[in-house]
Amino acid sequence: MEKAEGLERKSGLEREDGSERKDGFEKTEGLDKRELICVRCPVGCMLTVTVREDGTLDVKGNSCGRGEEYARKELTDPTRIVTTTVRVRGGRQAVVPVKTRYDIPKGKVMECIEALKEVEAEAPIFLGEVILSDAAGTGVDVVATKSVERTADN
Amino acid sequence: MDKKADILIVGGGPAGLAAAVAARKDGIENVLVLERDEELGGILNQCIHNGFGLHTFKEELTGPEYAQRYISQAEALGIPCLLHTIVVDISAEKDKKLVTAMNKKDGLFTIEAKAVVLAMGCRERSRGALNIPGYRPAGIYSAGTAQHYVNIEGRMPGKEVVILGSGDIGLIMARRMTLEGAKVKLVAELMPYSGGLKRNIVQCLEDYNIPLKLSHTVIHIDGKERVKGVTVAEVDNNRKPIPGTEEYISCDTLLLSCGLIPENELSAGLGVALNPVTAGPVVNESLETSVEGVFACGNVLHVHDLVDHVSEESYAAGEHAAAYVKEKRSVRAETVAIKCEGGVRYTVPSLLRVEYMEKEQVVRFRVGNVYRNVFLTVYFNDKIVIKQKKRVLLPGEMEQIKLKKSELEKFSDLKSITISIEEE
Repeated sequence: MEKAEGLERKSGLEREDGSERKDGFEKTEGLDKRELICVRCPVGCMLTVTVREDGTLDVKGNSCGRGEEYARKELTDPTRIVTTTVRVRGGRQAVVPVKTRYDIPKGKVMECIEALKEVEAEAPIFLGEVILSDAAGTGVDVVATKSVERTADN
Repeated sequence: MDKKADILIVGGGPAGLAAAVAARKDGIENVLVLERDEELGGILNQCIHNGFGLHTFKEELTGPEYAQRYISQAEALGIPCLLHTIVVDISAEKDKKLVTAMNKKDGLFTIEAKAVVLAMGCRERSRGALNIPGYRPAGIYSAGTAQHYVNIEGRMPGKEVVILGSGDIGLIMARRMTLEGAKVKLVAELMPYSGGLKRNIVQCLEDYNIPLKLSHTVIHIDGKERVKGVTVAEVDNNRKPIPGTEEYISCDTLLLSCGLIPENELSAGLGVALNPVTAGPVVNESLETSVEGVFACGNVLHVHDLVDHVSEESYAAGEHAAAYVKEKRSVRAETVAIKCEGGVRYTVPSLLRVEYMEKEQVVRFRVGNVYRNVFLTVYFNDKIVIKQKKRVLLPGEMEQIKLKKSELEKFSDLKSITISIEEE
């Protein structure tokens, strides 16, 4: 049993041998090996991903199928669901929360956010309503995650 | 306006709604929810990020979407909810509870209830509770207050941000402020480990190259009218700043994400026994407090990481409250204490009446430090009944273990249950 007091600066993100998790690939016995933390759900499984010689992946440490999918995507085409708010006109709330309906490429996140800053949604807004279609050319729609009623005086 | 309710639920967030739905589904007609905000859903309304509901609904929802699932269920069941209504006092008189509340329309009024479910949630630890010296300039917010400004009101609290504490709301706000155009310069964490979920360190900090400094704290806030900067220093093993490690960081905003405290003023007023470790009520297997017929669930009981667990726990509390209203239970039933050892800080529940437990009892707990390659061990009296290998146990992540009623019934002279972390 190790206590953190003896081993300083532990974030819980290190490997079992105490060394820091590396973001880059490492060569281990001729194989590419990488440590990842799955972000698909709050459990946050620590994944050990080995790239086999034929290019396929061996994923260990995941407790569900999402982990394997996450590892594959994270190594080839990392994606994220984007959540933010959009300004509302004539609503009981100043902003409405929105999300991309599916995950989009990580490199497109800021572009998507910038595009949404230009959008103003007209109340009433219904949960699931498309607020921006084909966000940042990803083919993915941005939808409202909450309904906003129209103000009585509008 | 004086009312009567079979089960009165204090709070219309995820905990209160799940308890209300469960109680109604168990056949209790007169369930009433009191909520102080203008809408149901509690803090989920400002948690616009995704990651909610994977356990409960098998899909990934945002906070407002998750809340809506329960609001819709409550509506479909026709459960009355009084909004903009704040409870000011609860008292117990034999087997009835008197709940005093007020709102703009009805003024001050009393509701007589057979059972009460406490579901008031928690609040953030404030600057005052953290003892950071300096003036009182504008620009210092709890992370949740900043979250409300950004996600509900559509206002930005500042442009250059330092965050003290690596709790989940702080990590989420580091990303949120970055997306909204602010520069988050640093997240400083006093402890040698993060208080937040691993996934949030990855997707909120690492994705945006926001530095996290562990074993660091803010020792001074600069600025008289508005925050101009903060001085950050490394701390030693006793959490004391190390001279010579000070670093000045200019910023106009300091967010505090330094822990959540269950909101139990009403519980204390009622005379409910509180656990000093969780700051929440002491409860038995039925999530019943030391006051008969008063139940507690969600973050008012102990601070959770996942709303899915809040819903599950609160659903159980609603069912137990319904059972209490339908059939009086013996308070004198044999009660066994669940003890914590070897780094387990607390358990919920901490008391168990085998007679009233379900086939399986979930016991939730937190550890007080980072543990690697250890065994989670459960003893009935002196006998080991469960021994599970754990790769890593973190203070920031709640753990749970399930106890089987059939196992417990084998022990006719059960005196104690002990949950412990042990070396290999």
